[in-house]
Amino acid sequence: MNAAIDAIGLGPYLFVSAALLVLGVFGIFLNRKNIIVMLMAMELILLSANLNLVAFSSALGDLSGQVMVLFVLTIAAAEAAIGLAIVTVYFRNRGSIQVEDVTMMKG
Amino acid sequence: MMAQLVFYIFTAVLLFSAVMVITARNPVHSVLFLILAFFNASGLFLVAGAEFLAMLLVIVYVGAVAVLFLFVVMMLDVDFGQLREGFQKYAPLGGCVGGVLFAELVLAFSHWEMAPGRAAPLAAPGLTNTAALGGLIYTHYVLLFQACGLVLLVAMIGAITLTLREKTTGRRQNITRQHARTRADTLEMLDLELGESVADRGGFLRPKASYNEIAVPGSYGLVPENPQDDAASNREKGA
Repeated sequence: MNAAIDAIGLGPYLFVSAALLVLGVFGIFLNRKNIIVMLMAMELILLSANLNLVAFSSALGDLSGQVMVLFVLTIAAAEAAIGLAIVTVYFRNRGSIQVEDVTMMKG
Repeated sequence: MMAQLVFYIFTAVLLFSAVMVITARNPVHSVLFLILAFFNASGLFLVAGAEFLAMLLVIVYVGAVAVLFLFVVMMLDVDFGQLREGFQKYAPLGGCVGGVLFAELVLAFSHWEMAPGRAAPLAAPGLTNTAALGGLIYTHYVLLFQACGLVLLVAMIGAITLTLREKTTGRRQNITRQHARTRADTLEMLDLELGESVADRGGFLRPKASYNEIAVPGSYGLVPENPQDDAASNREKGA
């Protein structure tokens, strides 16, 4: 077990990560029109998951959690790239990023 | 004591910048606060003893993802005032959902205990964090690691396919037509007198229509309406 996390304890880490997750979810609700900020809020949610994994991995002395963080980072990067590409294409077609208009793409 | 102090400083700045990410008026400020949040999260990783992941977070998130966000925010000329309209409308609903979620998480985190027979550590002691991670990734998790590579490849191809625009002025070859060409289509043999130059006979300048024969349609400007005239005018210029 790591000395620093021994002194702090697992609890504070879990609370920080919970607060970060809630902020991310709240951000998605708050910025319903701005898809770029919604994507950023999703990054915050993934960051909170990563924080949880790292804290547990460190507290348990098991590195598997950190390997999972590595994979989550990869997925988050891929998701951000694809999401921003879609936003760019949408902006090119519509001239705005009002995501409410996306429903007009329904057949 | 020192570790706790550092932890709470990082936590405070992390939560503050996360709040600013979702409430900032200007999305550029949002991205900059997102970068601050990532830096502080990497500080928390350091406190937890995950040095490699802390550095990776800075490199991947700050170096790539946040810069990508910044690039897109600045590239798209978006009317940001318009995007703020639903802010007040959705705040109560979001507050309710967030409050319930946070209460549930706090309840869950306050009443739990570690299972007694938890998994034994996989990594050998006495290694640095990076070496131990590498030992795990390339042995136990090698398939997942390669799957990650595939995910990144698919993401790269997807992003390129989505944003690639077919240009109309590319001057690209139509490969099939280029291969189907024969010498008779393109080459003209001239018998020259001694001392006579090819330019005198209107050589050198190929009729422009021949470009269009092998170009992808539309990629070499407009097709001349009368290729014969075009060729004739070239000859006159040469003569």
